[in-house]
Amino acid sequence: MAKKITIEPVTRVEGHGKVTIHLDDSGNVSQSRLHIVEFRGFERFVQGRPYWEAPVLVQRLCGICPVSHHLAAAKALDVIVGAGTGDGLTPTGDKMRRLMHHGQMFQSHALHFFHLVSPDLLFGADGDPAIRNVIGVALQHKDLAVQGVMMRKFGQEIILATAGKKIHGTGAIPGGINKNLSVQERDSFLKGADPMNIDKMIDWAQGAVDFFKSYHAKNADMIDNFAVFPSSHLSLVRKDGALDLYHGVLRAVDADGKKILNDVDYQDYLKYIGEEVRSWSYMKFPYLKSIGKKDGWYTVGPLARLNTADFIPTPLAQKEFEVYKAYTKGKPNHMSMHMHWARLIELLHSAEVIKELLNDPDLQKNDLVKKGKKRNEGVGLIEAPRGTLFHHYRINDDDQIVMANLIVSTTNNNEPMNRAVDFVAKKVFTGKPEITEGMMNRVEMAIRAYDPCLSCATHALGKMPLEVSLYGAKDELLDCKRK
Amino acid sequence: MGKIVVYGYGNPGRQDDGLGPAMARRIGESGISGVETDSNYQLNIEDAAFIADADCVVFVDASLAGDGPFDFVEIGPSEEITFTTHSVSPQSVLALCQDLFGRNVRAYLMGIRGYAWDFAEGLSPDAEKNLDAAHDYLRSFINDLSAGIDPDRAITLH
Repeated sequence: MAKKITIEPVTRVEGHGKVTIHLDDSGNVSQSRLHIVEFRGFERFVQGRPYWEAPVLVQRLCGICPVSHHLAAAKALDVIVGAGTGDGLTPTGDKMRRLMHHGQMFQSHALHFFHLVSPDLLFGADGDPAIRNVIGVALQHKDLAVQGVMMRKFGQEIILATAGKKIHGTGAIPGGINKNLSVQERDSFLKGADPMNIDKMIDWAQGAVDFFKSYHAKNADMIDNFAVFPSSHLSLVRKDGALDLYHGVLRAVDADGKKILNDVDYQDYLKYIGEEVRSWSYMKFPYLKSIGKKDGWYTVGPLARLNTADFIPTPLAQKEFEVYKAYTKGKPNHMSMHMHWARLIELLHSAEVIKELLNDPDLQKNDLVKKGKKRNEGVGLIEAPRGTLFHHYRINDDDQIVMANLIVSTTNNNEPMNRAVDFVAKKVFTGKPEITEGMMNRVEMAIRAYDPCLSCATHALGKMPLEVSLYGAKDELLDCKRK
Repeated sequence: MGKIVVYGYGNPGRQDDGLGPAMARRIGESGISGVETDSNYQLNIEDAAFIADADCVVFVDASLAGDGPFDFVEIGPSEEITFTTHSVSPQSVLALCQDLFGRNVRAYLMGIRGYAWDFAEGLSPDAEKNLDAAHDYLRSFINDLSAGIDPDRAITLH
């Protein structure tokens, strides 16, 4: 008799997801799916609002990566106010935004590794769930936990200094920014008391990369064989092929590394990217039109970015990039757990970029905004921590937004996340009709590698983060676990 | 009583989810000596460092349930498993503060009942009333603490 196993986080608003795993009569996994309820109402909500409000309004979408939405919207509006496509701002405007963005990348990547990934690595997928969390790390690996907390705090302070506020930051505006970085702010990051200075952050970021490499050397079988599947990869790259998390041209490579989207202007993204609707999911499935719906899906995020970029333009991260690329002999890396390795190399890169920017006197200049001939449409792309984020707006003659289209990183990763869940489910659920904590954690680990935004738009007391239900052949509830 | 922290969290762009930040703003505007306020979309691990030098912290969040306008309870450190990086509980912040910084901070959780969660700024009228009631209570509680009244006694006074 066929059975269905459901893993369903329960949240009070939108953004919840669930995993369904179908077993056939023999107990084998016949189908696995990750369902994420994507809230699309926001695109209608902004219609009729003045365009200049968008960079602040979009922060209502998400409380965990508001900076990414803030900057992607601002980049789209740069086009509308005639300030060019990301490279037309004043040096101060461009560099302040980059500082804000790398502050966001730094804190997000640090949080992901130390809070979410390190417990799995330190205690194992089958480790005691009572300690397999950040508190367990704090108890048994205090130095590592302190680093995670302080790196996250440092990144948050950079965001505060550049965006102006922790909630609903206003730093980026159409055509530029509304503040520069004071000498006092700059010096607090360059020369702050130990450990709150950029040199210590670079040391710790290097240490995190070294930690992962050391763990990998001892656990290569698990790291290399957990959720491995061929994929195309997409990201922005700088015009010379360098990793650039803030701006560039759009590049995609296939599973063998062949360019299938050759450094195109993202203003024309609709020529190249389509979004497919499937009956069983509220979240769309983006694909490359040149390849088609069936095989045109792609991965975004740290793994993808290190597969598309030719090099990293900061020395320490470049050195690690060379080690990372040598492991797959220069070919694209398809190992989901290597997403963590890639993320940590980006963490190091962001720390290096932050130091470069802090030492740049352009950040203290006052030429903040640039405008030119107005247009009625603009597209803004940015490499958010979780992957490529698309914002597209069209306005009318009264400066009101009449159309908005957003493709968020989690949507771009819809198909690869499903593939990762299916890969793991087939390995651990086959012949096992009941869910153990370790089995469930492995499915979560596959999803966690992508760090999707499932439920971060809002929250309140009473939210239940995860529910596991087990149904029998007649869809009767056999078991229900919550955590 | 030394430093008191009032930390409100939630997304003000989602109507009543902004109750926590609204409370932090009101308390901050009161300018009460010895009280520090902060707010963010959600709590996260770095908040353990922020509260590490406080003698008392009051976390304020919107609440989905409850009959009254608000609940106010003492909380202690506890560990929990989370599914994403996207937030941690106030109890986990306290546990991290204890484990990483050696401080066991006396803490309270105030949950103010909310009703509306759409993409909009501003609280619903009923949530505003609840915020008023919660603010009156919290002001009195803080005044008592500042006057040297033991927190356990202060709770029973209101």
